Amino acid sequence: MRTSGWFGALLVAALAVTLVFLALPVLAIFLHTSPGQLVESLGDGSSTDALRLSIECSAAAVLIIVVVGTPAAYLLATRSFRGRSLVVTVIELPLVLPPAVAGIGLLASLGPSGILGDFVKSTGLQLVFATAGVIVALTFVSAPFYLRQAQAAFGALDPSWLDASRTLGAGEARTWLRVAIPTARQGLAAGLALALGRALGEFGATLMFAGSFRGVTQTTPLAIYQDFSTDFTGALALSAVLVAVSAAILMGVKLLSGPALFASASS
Amino acid sequence: MLRVEAKTRLGALDLDVALSAGGGRCLALAGPSGAGKSSLLRVIAGLLRPSSGRVECGGSVWLDTTTGVNLPPEERRCGYVFQDYALFPHLSAWRNVAYPLHHLSRADRRRQALALLDRFEVAELADARPATLSGGERQRVALARALALEPRALLLDEPLSALDTRTRANAGRELGAVLRASGVPALLVTHDFTEAALLGDEVGVIDQGRVVQQGTAAELAASPASAFVADFTGAVVLTGHAAPAADGLTRIELDGGGAVTSTDTASGPVAVSVFPWEISLEPAAQADFTSSARNHVHAEVLSLTPVGNRVRVGLAGPQPLSAEITAAAQHALELRPGARVTATWKAAATRLIAI
Repeated sequence: MRTSGWFGALLVAALAVTLVFLALPVLAIFLHTSPGQLVESLGDGSSTDALRLSIECSAAAVLIIVVVGTPAAYLLATRSFRGRSLVVTVIELPLVLPPAVAGIGLLASLGPSGILGDFVKSTGLQLVFATAGVIVALTFVSAPFYLRQAQAAFGALDPSWLDASRTLGAGEARTWLRVAIPTARQGLAAGLALALGRALGEFGATLMFAGSFRGVTQTTPLAIYQDFSTDFTGALALSAVLVAVSAAILMGVKLLSGPALFASASS
Repeated sequence: MLRVEAKTRLGALDLDVALSAGGGRCLALAGPSGAGKSSLLRVIAGLLRPSSGRVECGGSVWLDTTTGVNLPPEERRCGYVFQDYALFPHLSAWRNVAYPLHHLSRADRRRQALALLDRFEVAELADARPATLSGGERQRVALARALALEPRALLLDEPLSALDTRTRANAGRELGAVLRASGVPALLVTHDFTEAALLGDEVGVIDQGRVVQQGTAAELAASPASAFVADFTGAVVLTGHAAPAADGLTRIELDGGGAVTSTDTASGPVAVSVFPWEISLEPAAQADFTSSARNHVHAEVLSLTPVGNRVRVGLAGPQPLSAEITAAAQHALELRPGARVTATWKAAATRLIAI
């Protein structure tokens, strides 16, 4: 598209303002302190504990989301049934919930005195102030990001591909595995990247539901929050690593599902 | 033998169809869009369950709403060629063809898929993704895939409509050969009556969910059951062999005798199409060859069918033919079955389709 005149200038100015505003804080994290200082402050055991915990819990949460969410999203995208839009709204609600409300909700449902508290206790699973609780909190806040994308990806499939698979002798399950998932792969990967990014950055729900105990429930965002009043350089260093890890994941997923691998799929 | 009865309501459409097709025979259903053509194919394939109906193929019952039998699509083994071919975009051509062969080893699957692709002369495209193939190539891959399963019936939804006119004639001829060689019943649906006439051993016209008339293409054109069929059947189709003639015209030796001239250019086997309302009739004895019309075919009147304010005249010549005249002209010529006439039309009204 070619733009010219005052409108073109307006578009360019808007993009410039957006870019500066969004990129500046991220750049500042790397520019504020020297690389040497950053590396040095990462030597602190609490930083590596927090990073390890963040990555492990986010990976576990995303695994749960993908395993359960993919078939659920497929059902929502390919079947119409009464109350479908209500179900979709309920599933998307955590997107707009303040994290503190999510934390309170998790406590009220799965906490020791929550409505399923006795059930959770009877299974022997410790959630509050435990690593499992972090995974539950991350799953709760990240799942809608994946579900939305997966539902859109499945909904955009040409239904005749699925019909063709059935007439070629494949049952519903085989059709799902061999046709629906591979053809929706780009959308699923995008949803996975969004959910993973959201899980890595999760703060409020984790703090309220699982607490902030070093090595057990203190994920990187919680460690950054704890550090920043006493050790600003340490907090910056952790932030820089979190940005780098998030960016790497985003790039990795984009590359894996990108045009190079899926060249001739979109037509 | 494929026998289908189905009644179902689909939005504004009330589908109510009963038909059958024999092994190695192609029944071509032609009708306008929204007539229920694709829905009928989906009922047969098991992708759509009618509110009542019965589908039986080769002695086994696929669907019977009275007894509750309803085989899922994967157990019916229909070779279904979808309108836009529905090739899987994430699989190469050979993997598309090998998709139904998952019970075989990888080497066997590839060998069988390549043999099928080779039969359709696209073996060199085995590793290409569908997005990189032309319409004609996709159609061949889709046909190869539909045949990979050794289907018990073939269902074809507008198999030629996604092709450009140049590819269409070739693809149509090949498709006809494939359908005859398959030995299984075939049901083809199309919005183009000429296509149905060329590919179907028998042709049905479907309108608003009902098969309004069924027979050979010539029968339908000669004595249409309704004004809709008369309008829809459109052109008369004759076959013959074309060769260039003097003045830049094309001379076509018709199969079964006779010759006509066309302003279209073509050579080799052709379908000659002319609209019934372009054909005028004269008593054979008084045929006036001094008129500007170049084409004269002698024929005998078989049937006279009033269609609205006109009369469709079915003619038996070397090949079946039909003309459309006014009732006044019919009376003036005293036309009745058995009368000998000369059918006359202009070379400029004669379209040629290479086959």
